[in-house]
Amino acid sequence: MTKALTLADVNVTIKGSHILQGVNFEVEAGVVTGLLGRNGVGKSTTLRSIVGLVPRVGSIKLFEQEISGLKTHEVIRAGVAFVPEDREIFSTLTVLENLKLAERDKNPDYDTVYNLFPELLKRKSQRAGTLSGGQQQMVAVARALLNKTKLLLVDEPTKGLAPKLVTEVADALEVAAQATTILLVEQNLPLIKRIAKNIIVMDQGVVVHSGVPTELENPEFAKQMLGVSGGSH
Amino acid sequence: MEIFITLFITGFGLGALYFLVASGLSLIYGLMGVLNFAHGAFLTAGAYATWYFTTSIRADGSLSSYVISLFIAGVVGALFAVATEQILIKYLYDRHIDQALVTVGLGFVATSAYLGWFGSDPLIVLPPTQLYNTVQIGDAFVGIDRFLYIGVAALVLIANFLMMRYTRIGLIIRAGVENRSMVTALGIDVRKAFTFVFFIGGFAAGLGGALATTYASGVGPTLGDAFLIYAFITVVIGGMGSVPGTAIAAIVVGTTQVLVNYYVQGLGDFVVVMLLALVLLVRPQGLLGKVAH
Ligand SMILES: Nc1ncnc2c1ncn2[C@@H]1O[C@H](COP(=O)(O)OP(=O)(O)OP(=O)(O)O)[C@@H](O)[C@H]1O
Ligand SMILES: [Mg+2]
Repeated sequence: MTKALTLADVNVTIKGSHILQGVNFEVEAGVVTGLLGRNGVGKSTTLRSIVGLVPRVGSIKLFEQEISGLKTHEVIRAGVAFVPEDREIFSTLTVLENLKLAERDKNPDYDTVYNLFPELLKRKSQRAGTLSGGQQQMVAVARALLNKTKLLLVDEPTKGLAPKLVTEVADALEVAAQATTILLVEQNLPLIKRIAKNIIVMDQGVVVHSGVPTELENPEFAKQMLGVSGGSH
Repeated sequence: MEIFITLFITGFGLGALYFLVASGLSLIYGLMGVLNFAHGAFLTAGAYATWYFTTSIRADGSLSSYVISLFIAGVVGALFAVATEQILIKYLYDRHIDQALVTVGLGFVATSAYLGWFGSDPLIVLPPTQLYNTVQIGDAFVGIDRFLYIGVAALVLIANFLMMRYTRIGLIIRAGVENRSMVTALGIDVRKAFTFVFFIGGFAAGLGGALATTYASGVGPTLGDAFLIYAFITVVIGGMGSVPGTAIAAIVVGTTQVLVNYYVQGLGDFVVVMLLALVLLVRPQGLLGKVAH
Protein backbone atom coordinates (compact mmCIF):
# COMPACT_ATOMS: atom_id res chain seq x y z
CA MET A 1 0.00 0.00 0.00
CA THR A 2 1.24 3.47 -0.88
CA LYS A 3 1.02 5.81 2.04
CA ALA A 4 -0.24 9.31 1.26
CA LEU A 5 0.27 10.49 4.80
CA THR A 6 2.28 9.21 7.75
CA LEU A 7 2.19 10.74 11.20
CA ALA A 8 4.80 9.58 13.68
CA ASP A 9 4.73 10.70 17.30
CA VAL A 10 2.99 14.00 16.59
CA ASN A 11 2.54 16.15 19.67
CA VAL A 12 0.62 19.38 20.04
CA THR A 13 0.61 21.56 23.12
CA ILE A 14 -1.51 24.68 23.19
CA LYS A 15 -1.29 27.09 26.09
CA GLY A 16 0.04 24.42 28.39
CA SER A 17 -2.44 21.71 27.55
CA HIS A 18 -1.01 18.66 25.87
CA ILE A 19 -3.68 18.01 23.26
CA LEU A 20 -2.06 15.52 20.91
CA GLN A 21 0.07 13.07 22.86
CA GLY A 22 2.03 11.19 20.26
CA VAL A 23 -0.29 10.56 17.34
CA ASN A 24 0.72 7.77 14.94
CA PHE A 25 -1.15 6.66 11.84
CA GLU A 26 -0.91 6.06 8.13
CA VAL A 27 -3.34 7.02 5.41
CA GLU A 28 -3.59 4.80 2.35
CA ALA A 29 -3.24 6.67 -0.94
CA GLY A 30 -6.17 6.94 -3.32
CA VAL A 31 -8.96 6.11 -0.90
CA VAL A 32 -11.08 7.74 1.79
CA THR A 33 -10.00 7.22 5.39
CA GLY A 34 -12.35 8.17 8.21
CA LEU A 35 -10.89 9.77 11.33
CA LEU A 36 -13.29 9.07 14.17
CA GLY A 37 -13.60 9.57 17.89
CA ARG A 38 -15.70 11.15 20.59
CA ASN A 39 -15.97 14.91 20.97
CA GLY A 40 -12.83 16.66 22.08
CA VAL A 41 -10.38 13.81 21.50
CA GLY A 42 -8.23 15.81 19.08
CA LYS A 43 -9.52 15.04 15.57
CA SER A 44 -9.64 18.66 14.45
CA THR A 45 -6.35 19.39 16.14
CA THR A 46 -4.81 16.50 14.21
CA LEU A 47 -5.93 18.00 10.89
CA ARG A 48 -4.78 21.45 11.96
CA SER A 49 -1.38 20.06 12.96
CA ILE A 50 -0.96 18.51 9.52
CA VAL A 51 -1.43 21.88 7.83
CA GLY A 52 0.60 23.71 10.46
CA LEU A 53 -2.20 25.80 11.93
CA VAL A 54 -1.11 24.68 15.39
CA PRO A 55 2.52 24.35 16.54
CA ARG A 56 3.48 20.68 16.29
CA VAL A 57 6.45 18.41 16.87
CA GLY A 58 6.99 14.98 15.41
CA SER A 59 7.12 13.69 11.86
CA ILE A 60 4.46 14.30 9.24
CA LYS A 61 5.09 12.88 5.79
CA LEU A 62 3.11 13.66 2.66
CA PHE A 63 4.03 10.68 0.48
CA GLU A 64 7.85 10.87 0.72
CA GLN A 65 8.07 14.53 1.72
CA GLU A 66 8.54 15.60 5.35
CA ILE A 67 6.15 18.51 5.87
CA SER A 68 6.22 19.02 9.63
CA GLY A 69 8.68 21.90 9.31
CA LEU A 70 6.71 23.76 6.65
CA LYS A 71 4.57 26.83 7.14
CA THR A 72 0.87 26.49 6.48
CA HIS A 73 0.90 27.99 2.99
CA GLU A 74 3.84 25.76 2.07
CA VAL A 75 2.02 22.63 3.22
CA ILE A 76 -0.96 23.61 1.09
CA ARG A 77 1.27 24.26 -1.91
CA ALA A 78 2.90 20.88 -1.40
CA GLY A 79 -0.49 19.50 -2.43
CA VAL A 80 -2.83 19.53 0.56
CA ALA A 81 -6.31 21.05 0.70
CA PHE A 82 -8.07 21.73 3.98
CA VAL A 83 -11.78 22.12 4.70
CA PRO A 84 -11.98 23.29 8.31
CA GLU A 85 -14.63 22.33 10.82
CA ASP A 86 -16.29 25.72 11.03
CA ARG A 87 -16.19 26.28 7.27
CA GLU A 88 -14.28 29.53 7.68
CA ILE A 89 -15.49 30.99 4.45
CA PHE A 90 -14.88 34.73 4.02
CA SER A 91 -18.24 36.25 4.81
CA THR A 92 -17.50 39.70 3.37
CA LEU A 93 -16.38 38.30 0.02
CA THR A 94 -18.68 37.02 -2.69
CA VAL A 95 -18.94 33.34 -3.48
CA LEU A 96 -16.81 33.79 -6.58
CA GLU A 97 -14.22 35.81 -4.67
CA ASN A 98 -14.01 33.02 -2.11
CA LEU A 99 -13.30 30.57 -4.90
CA LYS A 100 -10.87 32.89 -6.69
CA LEU A 101 -8.86 33.30 -3.53
CA ALA A 102 -8.44 29.54 -3.39
CA GLU A 103 -7.11 29.27 -6.96
CA ARG A 104 -3.61 27.84 -7.14
CA ASP A 105 -3.48 25.84 -10.34
CA LYS A 106 -3.18 27.51 -13.73
CA ASN A 107 -6.49 25.99 -14.74
CA PRO A 108 -8.65 25.71 -11.65
CA ASP A 109 -11.38 23.16 -12.18
CA TYR A 110 -14.52 25.29 -12.05
CA ASP A 111 -16.40 22.76 -14.19
CA THR A 112 -16.23 20.06 -11.56
CA VAL A 113 -17.12 22.49 -8.80
CA TYR A 114 -20.14 23.96 -10.59
CA ASN A 115 -21.28 20.52 -11.69
CA LEU A 116 -21.29 19.33 -8.11
CA PHE A 117 -22.76 22.54 -6.72
CA PRO A 118 -24.79 24.36 -9.38
CA GLU A 119 -26.09 26.52 -6.55
CA LEU A 120 -22.71 28.22 -6.31
CA LEU A 121 -22.78 29.27 -9.94
CA LYS A 122 -26.24 30.73 -9.46
CA ARG A 123 -25.10 32.62 -6.40
CA LYS A 124 -21.60 33.58 -7.45
CA SER A 125 -22.12 37.30 -6.79
CA GLN A 126 -23.79 36.79 -3.43
CA ARG A 127 -21.88 37.69 -0.28
CA ALA A 128 -20.82 34.42 1.30
CA GLY A 129 -21.89 35.64 4.73
CA THR A 130 -25.50 35.71 3.59
CA LEU A 131 -25.49 32.10 2.37
CA SER A 132 -27.25 29.36 4.30
CA GLY A 133 -25.07 27.06 6.39
CA GLY A 134 -25.31 24.34 3.77
CA GLN A 135 -24.36 26.67 0.96
CA GLN A 136 -21.42 27.92 3.01
CA GLN A 137 -20.29 24.34 3.40
CA MET A 138 -20.47 23.95 -0.38
CA VAL A 139 -18.15 26.96 -0.73
CA ALA A 140 -15.74 25.45 1.79
CA VAL A 141 -15.67 22.12 -0.04
CA ALA A 142 -15.54 23.78 -3.46
CA ARG A 143 -12.46 25.77 -2.46
CA ALA A 144 -10.68 22.51 -1.81
CA LEU A 145 -11.75 20.92 -5.10
CA LEU A 146 -10.60 23.72 -7.41
CA ASN A 147 -6.98 22.59 -7.49
CA LYS A 148 -5.32 19.26 -8.01
CA THR A 149 -4.29 17.93 -4.62
CA LYS A 150 -2.48 14.93 -3.26
CA LEU A 151 -4.39 14.96 -0.01
CA LEU A 152 -7.72 16.40 1.03
CA LEU A 153 -8.38 17.00 4.73
CA VAL A 154 -12.06 17.48 5.51
CA ASP A 155 -13.37 18.19 9.00
CA GLU A 156 -17.02 17.29 9.66
CA PRO A 157 -18.41 18.56 6.36
CA THR A 158 -21.94 17.37 7.13
CA LYS A 159 -22.25 18.87 10.59
CA GLY A 160 -25.62 20.52 10.94
CA LEU A 161 -26.75 19.82 7.38
CA ALA A 162 -30.16 18.58 6.28
CA PRO A 163 -30.18 14.98 4.97
CA LYS A 164 -30.43 16.07 1.34
CA LEU A 165 -27.36 18.25 1.67
CA VAL A 166 -25.51 15.49 3.48
CA THR A 167 -26.02 13.35 0.40
CA GLU A 168 -24.85 16.17 -1.85
CA VAL A 169 -21.66 16.70 0.13
CA ALA A 170 -21.05 12.95 0.23
CA ASP A 171 -21.45 12.80 -3.55
CA ALA A 172 -18.93 15.59 -3.90
CA LEU A 173 -16.45 13.77 -1.69
CA GLU A 174 -16.93 10.60 -3.70
CA VAL A 175 -16.17 12.45 -6.90
CA ALA A 176 -13.13 14.03 -5.30
CA ALA A 177 -11.99 10.64 -4.04
CA GLN A 178 -11.56 9.43 -7.61
CA ALA A 179 -8.67 11.85 -8.03
CA THR A 180 -7.13 12.23 -4.60
CA THR A 181 -6.67 10.82 -1.13
CA ILE A 182 -9.09 11.96 1.54
CA LEU A 183 -8.78 12.03 5.31
CA LEU A 184 -12.27 12.70 6.59
CA VAL A 185 -13.34 13.55 10.12
CA GLU A 186 -16.99 12.65 10.35
CA GLN A 187 -19.56 11.79 13.04
CA ASN A 188 -22.05 10.50 10.50
CA LEU A 189 -21.28 6.78 10.55
CA PRO A 190 -23.54 5.75 7.66
CA LEU A 191 -21.59 8.24 5.55
CA ILE A 192 -18.30 6.72 6.69
CA LYS A 193 -19.59 3.27 5.83
CA ARG A 194 -20.62 4.50 2.43
CA ILE A 195 -17.43 6.20 1.30
CA ALA A 196 -14.53 5.26 3.58
CA LYS A 197 -12.25 2.29 2.96
CA ASN A 198 -10.34 2.60 6.22
CA ILE A 199 -11.02 4.07 9.63
CA ILE A 200 -8.77 5.48 12.34
CA VAL A 201 -10.12 5.99 15.84
CA MET A 202 -8.74 8.51 18.31
CA ASP A 203 -9.25 8.86 22.03
CA GLN A 204 -7.79 11.50 24.34
CA GLY A 205 -5.04 12.70 22.04
CA VAL A 206 -3.83 9.37 20.69
CA VAL A 207 -4.86 6.88 18.02
CA VAL A 208 -6.42 3.82 19.63
CA HIS A 209 -7.49 1.80 16.61
CA SER A 210 -7.01 1.44 12.87
CA GLY A 211 -9.34 -0.73 10.89
CA VAL A 212 -12.19 -0.85 8.41
CA PRO A 213 -15.73 0.62 8.49
CA THR A 214 -17.45 -2.77 8.72
CA GLU A 215 -16.21 -2.94 12.28
CA LEU A 216 -18.66 -0.15 13.06
CA GLU A 217 -21.48 -2.62 12.51
CA ASN A 218 -20.55 -4.28 15.75
CA PRO A 219 -22.52 -2.28 18.34
CA GLU A 220 -20.05 -3.19 21.07
CA PHE A 221 -17.21 -1.73 19.02
CA ALA A 222 -19.07 1.45 18.16
CA LYS A 223 -20.08 1.98 21.74
CA GLN A 224 -16.62 1.36 23.13
CA MET A 225 -14.74 3.41 20.53
CA LEU A 226 -17.13 6.24 19.85
CA GLY A 227 -19.62 6.20 22.64
CA VAL A 228 -22.45 5.80 20.13
CA SER A 229 -24.63 3.00 18.91
CA GLY A 230 -23.71 3.14 15.26
CA GLY A 231 -24.63 -0.45 14.51
CA SER A 232 -27.82 -0.21 12.50
CA HIS A 233 -28.27 1.27 8.95
CA MET B 1 -21.95 81.74 7.13
CA GLU B 2 -18.75 82.68 5.29
CA ILE B 3 -16.75 81.75 8.32
CA PHE B 4 -18.58 78.49 8.62
CA ILE B 5 -17.83 77.59 5.01
CA THR B 6 -14.17 78.50 5.38
CA LEU B 7 -13.87 76.53 8.59
CA PHE B 8 -15.78 73.58 7.26
CA ILE B 9 -13.57 73.24 4.21
CA THR B 10 -10.46 73.77 6.29
CA GLY B 11 -11.64 71.01 8.62
CA PHE B 12 -12.41 68.83 5.63
CA GLY B 13 -8.87 69.45 4.37
CA LEU B 14 -7.42 68.58 7.76
CA GLY B 15 -9.57 65.46 7.74
CA ALA B 16 -8.06 64.58 4.36
CA LEU B 17 -4.59 64.71 5.93
CA TYR B 18 -5.79 62.54 8.82
CA PHE B 19 -7.15 60.09 6.29
CA LEU B 20 -3.79 59.77 4.58
CA VAL B 21 -2.19 58.73 7.85
CA ALA B 22 -5.13 56.76 9.17
CA SER B 23 -5.83 54.61 6.10
CA GLY B 24 -2.46 52.88 6.48
CA LEU B 25 -2.85 52.51 10.24
CA SER B 26 -6.25 50.97 9.76
CA LEU B 27 -5.12 48.41 7.19
CA ILE B 28 -2.01 47.48 9.14
CA TYR B 29 -4.07 46.91 12.24
CA GLY B 30 -6.90 45.21 10.39
CA LEU B 31 -4.64 42.74 8.63
CA MET B 32 -1.92 42.10 11.15
CA GLY B 33 -3.18 43.33 14.50
CA VAL B 34 -0.21 45.69 14.72
CA LEU B 35 -0.75 49.05 16.36
CA ASN B 36 1.87 51.00 14.46
CA PHE B 37 3.00 53.89 16.63
CA ALA B 38 5.83 54.58 14.19
CA HIS B 39 3.40 55.71 11.52
CA GLY B 40 3.87 59.36 12.47
CA ALA B 41 7.59 58.95 11.84
CA PHE B 42 6.80 57.89 8.25
CA LEU B 43 4.83 61.09 7.82
CA THR B 44 7.64 63.22 9.23
CA ALA B 45 10.14 61.49 6.94
CA GLY B 46 7.97 62.41 3.97
CA ALA B 47 7.74 65.98 5.21
CA TYR B 48 11.52 66.31 5.54
CA ALA B 49 11.91 64.77 2.09
CA THR B 50 9.66 67.49 0.72
CA TRP B 51 11.62 70.16 2.54
CA TYR B 52 14.91 68.82 1.23
CA PHE B 53 13.72 68.42 -2.32
CA THR B 54 12.05 71.82 -2.59
CA THR B 55 14.89 73.72 -0.91
CA SER B 56 18.03 71.87 -2.06
CA ILE B 57 17.29 69.94 -5.24
CA ARG B 58 14.65 71.91 -7.09
CA ALA B 59 14.24 75.16 -5.22
CA ASP B 60 12.51 76.92 -8.10
CA GLY B 61 9.23 77.17 -6.24
CA SER B 62 7.38 75.75 -9.23
CA LEU B 63 4.24 73.71 -9.11
CA SER B 64 5.95 70.83 -10.90
CA SER B 65 8.71 70.68 -8.29
CA TYR B 66 6.06 70.56 -5.62
CA VAL B 67 4.20 67.75 -7.31
CA ILE B 68 7.41 65.76 -7.73
CA SER B 69 8.18 66.35 -4.06
CA LEU B 70 4.81 64.87 -3.12
CA PHE B 71 5.68 61.72 -4.97
CA ILE B 72 9.17 61.53 -3.48
CA ALA B 73 7.73 62.01 0.00
CA GLY B 74 5.40 59.11 -0.66
CA VAL B 75 8.27 56.89 -1.75
CA VAL B 76 10.37 57.89 1.27
CA GLY B 77 7.46 57.10 3.58
CA ALA B 78 6.91 53.77 1.83
CA LEU B 79 10.56 52.72 2.02
CA PHE B 80 10.75 53.68 5.68
CA ALA B 81 7.63 51.64 6.33
CA VAL B 82 8.84 48.58 4.42
CA ALA B 83 12.18 48.72 6.23
CA THR B 84 10.32 48.87 9.54
CA GLU B 85 8.27 45.83 8.64
CA GLN B 86 11.21 43.83 7.32
CA ILE B 87 13.69 44.71 10.05
CA LEU B 88 11.52 44.94 13.16
CA ILE B 89 7.93 43.80 12.82
CA LYS B 90 8.47 40.60 10.86
CA TYR B 91 10.41 38.88 13.61
CA LEU B 92 7.73 39.60 16.15
CA TYR B 93 5.02 37.92 14.12
CA ASP B 94 1.85 37.55 16.18
CA ARG B 95 3.45 39.06 19.27
CA HIS B 96 1.19 42.08 19.22
CA ILE B 97 2.32 43.75 22.43
CA ASP B 98 5.98 43.43 21.45
CA GLN B 99 5.26 44.77 17.99
CA ALA B 100 3.46 47.78 19.41
CA LEU B 101 6.29 48.43 21.87
CA VAL B 102 8.88 48.23 19.11
CA THR B 103 6.97 50.76 17.04
CA VAL B 104 6.66 53.07 20.05
CA GLY B 105 10.44 52.82 20.48
CA LEU B 106 11.05 53.44 16.80
CA GLY B 107 8.81 56.50 16.97
CA PHE B 108 10.91 57.94 19.79
CA VAL B 109 14.17 57.10 18.05
CA ALA B 110 12.98 58.70 14.81
CA THR B 111 11.86 61.87 16.58
CA SER B 112 15.24 62.26 18.28
CA ALA B 113 17.05 61.50 15.06
CA TYR B 114 15.07 64.21 13.27
CA LEU B 115 15.86 66.54 16.15
CA GLY B 116 19.57 65.78 15.89
CA TRP B 117 19.72 66.09 12.14
CA PHE B 118 17.37 69.00 11.47
CA GLY B 119 17.18 70.85 14.80
CA SER B 120 14.15 71.62 16.90
CA ASP B 121 12.98 74.68 14.99
CA PRO B 122 10.50 74.02 12.24
CA LEU B 123 12.04 74.23 8.79
CA ILE B 124 10.04 76.37 6.47
CA VAL B 125 8.69 74.80 3.32
CA LEU B 126 7.34 77.28 0.82
CA PRO B 127 4.65 75.83 -1.39
CA PRO B 128 4.37 77.11 -4.97
CA THR B 129 2.59 80.47 -5.24
CA GLN B 130 -0.40 78.86 -6.95
CA LEU B 131 -1.34 77.31 -3.62
CA TYR B 132 -1.70 80.72 -1.98
CA ASN B 133 -4.70 81.50 -4.15
CA THR B 134 -8.18 81.36 -2.75
CA VAL B 135 -11.44 80.14 -4.19
CA GLN B 136 -14.62 82.07 -3.59
CA ILE B 137 -17.59 80.05 -2.38
CA GLY B 138 -20.58 82.26 -1.72
CA ASP B 139 -19.06 85.08 0.26
CA ALA B 140 -16.29 82.95 1.67
CA PHE B 141 -12.73 82.75 0.47
CA VAL B 142 -11.10 79.40 0.95
CA GLY B 143 -7.40 78.60 0.48
CA ILE B 144 -6.88 76.48 -2.58
CA ASP B 145 -4.47 74.22 -0.70
CA ARG B 146 -7.46 72.78 1.19
CA PHE B 147 -8.80 71.42 -2.05
CA LEU B 148 -5.43 69.94 -2.87
CA TYR B 149 -5.47 67.91 0.37
CA ILE B 150 -8.99 66.77 -0.32
CA GLY B 151 -8.16 65.92 -3.93
CA VAL B 152 -5.07 63.89 -3.03
CA ALA B 153 -6.91 62.04 -0.29
CA ALA B 154 -9.76 61.32 -2.70
CA LEU B 155 -7.29 59.92 -5.22
CA VAL B 156 -5.76 57.70 -2.56
CA LEU B 157 -9.22 56.55 -1.53
CA ILE B 158 -10.19 55.74 -5.11
CA ALA B 159 -6.90 53.98 -5.81
CA ASN B 160 -7.38 52.01 -2.64
CA PHE B 161 -10.91 51.06 -3.64
CA LEU B 162 -9.82 49.89 -7.08
CA MET B 163 -6.91 47.94 -5.65
CA MET B 164 -9.09 46.26 -3.05
CA ARG B 165 -11.87 45.45 -5.49
CA TYR B 166 -10.04 44.39 -8.61
CA THR B 167 -6.62 43.01 -7.76
CA ARG B 168 -5.56 39.72 -6.26
CA ILE B 169 -3.52 41.40 -3.54
CA GLY B 170 -6.62 43.43 -2.66
CA LEU B 171 -8.63 40.23 -2.43
CA ILE B 172 -5.98 38.73 -0.15
CA ILE B 173 -6.01 41.81 2.07
CA ARG B 174 -9.80 41.84 2.36
CA ALA B 175 -9.84 38.15 3.19
CA GLY B 176 -6.89 38.52 5.57
CA VAL B 177 -8.61 41.27 7.55
CA GLU B 178 -11.44 38.81 8.13
CA ASN B 179 -9.52 35.59 8.80
CA ARG B 180 -5.79 35.56 8.34
CA SER B 181 -5.06 31.94 9.17
CA MET B 182 -7.63 30.68 6.67
CA VAL B 183 -5.89 32.72 3.97
CA THR B 184 -2.68 30.83 4.68
CA ALA B 185 -4.68 27.59 4.68
CA LEU B 186 -5.51 28.34 1.04
CA GLY B 187 -1.80 28.31 0.22
CA ILE B 188 -1.23 32.06 0.29
CA ASP B 189 1.83 33.60 1.92
CA VAL B 190 0.01 36.30 3.80
CA ARG B 191 3.27 37.89 4.94
CA LYS B 192 3.80 39.27 1.46
CA ALA B 193 0.52 41.07 1.87
CA PHE B 194 1.81 42.50 5.18
CA THR B 195 4.82 43.99 3.44
CA PHE B 196 2.62 45.39 0.71
CA VAL B 197 0.25 46.96 3.22
CA PHE B 198 3.18 48.63 4.95
CA PHE B 199 4.29 49.91 1.57
CA ILE B 200 1.00 51.54 0.64
CA GLY B 201 0.37 52.73 4.21
CA GLY B 202 3.83 54.30 4.32
CA PHE B 203 3.30 55.87 0.91
CA ALA B 204 0.06 57.51 1.99
CA ALA B 205 1.66 58.71 5.23
CA GLY B 206 4.65 60.19 3.37
CA LEU B 207 2.27 61.91 0.99
CA GLY B 208 0.36 63.23 3.99
CA GLY B 209 3.67 64.51 5.39
CA ALA B 210 4.41 66.44 2.22
CA LEU B 211 0.99 68.06 2.30
CA ALA B 212 1.28 68.68 6.03
CA THR B 213 4.30 70.91 5.37
CA THR B 214 1.93 73.15 3.44
CA TYR B 215 -0.83 72.95 6.04
CA ALA B 216 1.60 73.67 8.90
CA SER B 217 3.91 75.95 6.84
CA GLY B 218 6.90 73.74 7.56
CA VAL B 219 8.20 70.67 9.27
CA GLY B 220 9.57 70.01 12.76
CA PRO B 221 10.65 66.75 14.43
CA THR B 222 7.24 66.15 16.03
CA LEU B 223 5.03 66.99 13.06
CA GLY B 224 4.00 63.36 12.65
CA ASP B 225 3.27 62.80 16.33
CA ALA B 226 0.56 65.44 16.31
CA PHE B 227 -1.10 63.84 13.32
CA LEU B 228 -0.68 60.32 14.66
CA ILE B 229 -2.90 60.91 17.68
CA TYR B 230 -5.81 62.13 15.60
CA ALA B 231 -5.18 59.47 13.00
CA PHE B 232 -5.54 56.81 15.70
CA ILE B 233 -8.77 58.37 16.89
CA THR B 234 -9.95 58.40 13.28
CA VAL B 235 -9.13 54.73 12.83
CA VAL B 236 -10.97 53.70 15.96
CA ILE B 237 -14.03 55.77 15.08
CA GLY B 238 -14.04 54.49 11.49
CA GLY B 239 -13.54 50.86 12.40
CA MET B 240 -10.22 49.04 12.30
CA GLY B 241 -9.51 47.61 8.88
CA SER B 242 -12.21 49.57 7.04
CA VAL B 243 -10.77 52.16 4.68
CA PRO B 244 -14.16 53.69 3.76
CA GLY B 245 -14.97 53.90 7.48
CA THR B 246 -11.67 55.65 8.01
CA ALA B 247 -12.51 58.18 5.29
CA ILE B 248 -15.84 59.07 6.87
CA ALA B 249 -14.33 59.29 10.34
CA ALA B 250 -11.48 61.48 9.09
CA ILE B 251 -13.93 64.04 7.76
CA VAL B 252 -15.94 63.94 10.97
CA VAL B 253 -12.85 64.37 13.15
CA GLY B 254 -11.28 67.11 11.02
CA THR B 255 -14.39 69.24 10.65
CA THR B 256 -15.47 68.77 14.28
CA GLN B 257 -12.07 69.76 15.53
CA VAL B 258 -11.80 72.91 13.44
CA LEU B 259 -15.41 74.06 13.87
CA VAL B 260 -15.59 73.47 17.62
CA ASN B 261 -12.21 75.07 18.13
CA TYR B 262 -13.50 78.22 16.52
CA TYR B 263 -16.96 78.43 18.07
CA VAL B 264 -16.09 77.14 21.55
CA GLN B 265 -12.57 78.40 22.04
CA GLY B 266 -10.09 75.54 22.17
CA LEU B 267 -12.56 72.78 22.98
CA GLY B 268 -12.12 71.06 19.60
CA ASP B 269 -9.69 68.43 20.80
CA PHE B 270 -11.83 67.71 23.83
CA VAL B 271 -14.93 67.23 21.72
CA VAL B 272 -13.05 64.86 19.40
CA VAL B 273 -12.06 62.73 22.37
CA MET B 274 -15.67 62.78 23.60
CA LEU B 275 -16.73 61.66 20.14
CA LEU B 276 -14.28 58.80 20.39
CA ALA B 277 -15.66 57.80 23.78
CA LEU B 278 -19.20 57.96 22.42
CA VAL B 279 -18.38 55.70 19.48
CA LEU B 280 -16.60 53.24 21.75
CA LEU B 281 -19.66 53.09 23.98
CA VAL B 282 -22.32 52.85 21.32
CA ARG B 283 -20.50 51.04 18.54
CA PRO B 284 -17.21 49.60 19.81
CA GLN B 285 -16.32 48.14 16.41
CA GLY B 286 -16.37 51.64 14.88
CA LEU B 287 -18.62 53.07 12.18
CA LEU B 288 -17.92 50.49 9.46
CA GLY B 289 -15.79 47.99 11.38
CA LYS B 290 -16.59 44.32 11.73
CA VAL B 291 -17.21 42.77 15.09
CA ALA B 292 -13.96 41.16 16.16
CA HIS B 293 -13.90 37.38 16.35
N1 LIG C 1 -6.71 26.58 20.66
C1 LIG C 1 -6.97 25.77 21.69
N2 LIG C 1 -6.70 26.17 22.95
C2 LIG C 1 -6.95 25.37 23.99
N3 LIG C 1 -7.49 24.15 23.89
C3 LIG C 1 -7.78 23.69 22.67
C4 LIG C 1 -7.54 24.47 21.50
N4 LIG C 1 -7.93 23.77 20.43
C5 LIG C 1 -8.38 22.60 20.91
N5 LIG C 1 -8.30 22.54 22.24
C6 LIG C 1 -8.71 21.40 23.10
O1 LIG C 1 -8.14 20.24 22.56
C7 LIG C 1 -9.04 19.16 22.65
C8 LIG C 1 -9.24 18.54 21.29
O2 LIG C 1 -9.95 19.45 20.47
P1 LIG C 1 -10.37 19.13 18.99
O3 LIG C 1 -11.11 20.29 18.45
O4 LIG C 1 -9.18 18.67 18.25
O5 LIG C 1 -11.36 17.92 19.22
P2 LIG C 1 -12.27 17.14 18.17
O6 LIG C 1 -11.92 15.72 18.28
O7 LIG C 1 -12.19 17.76 16.84
O8 LIG C 1 -13.70 17.37 18.80
P3 LIG C 1 -15.14 17.56 18.09
O9 LIG C 1 -15.60 16.21 17.70
O10 LIG C 1 -15.99 18.13 19.18
O11 LIG C 1 -14.95 18.49 16.94
C9 LIG C 1 -10.30 19.68 23.28
O12 LIG C 1 -10.29 19.38 24.63
C10 LIG C 1 -10.20 21.19 23.06
O13 LIG C 1 -10.85 21.87 24.10
MG1 LIG D 1 -13.45 18.82 15.71
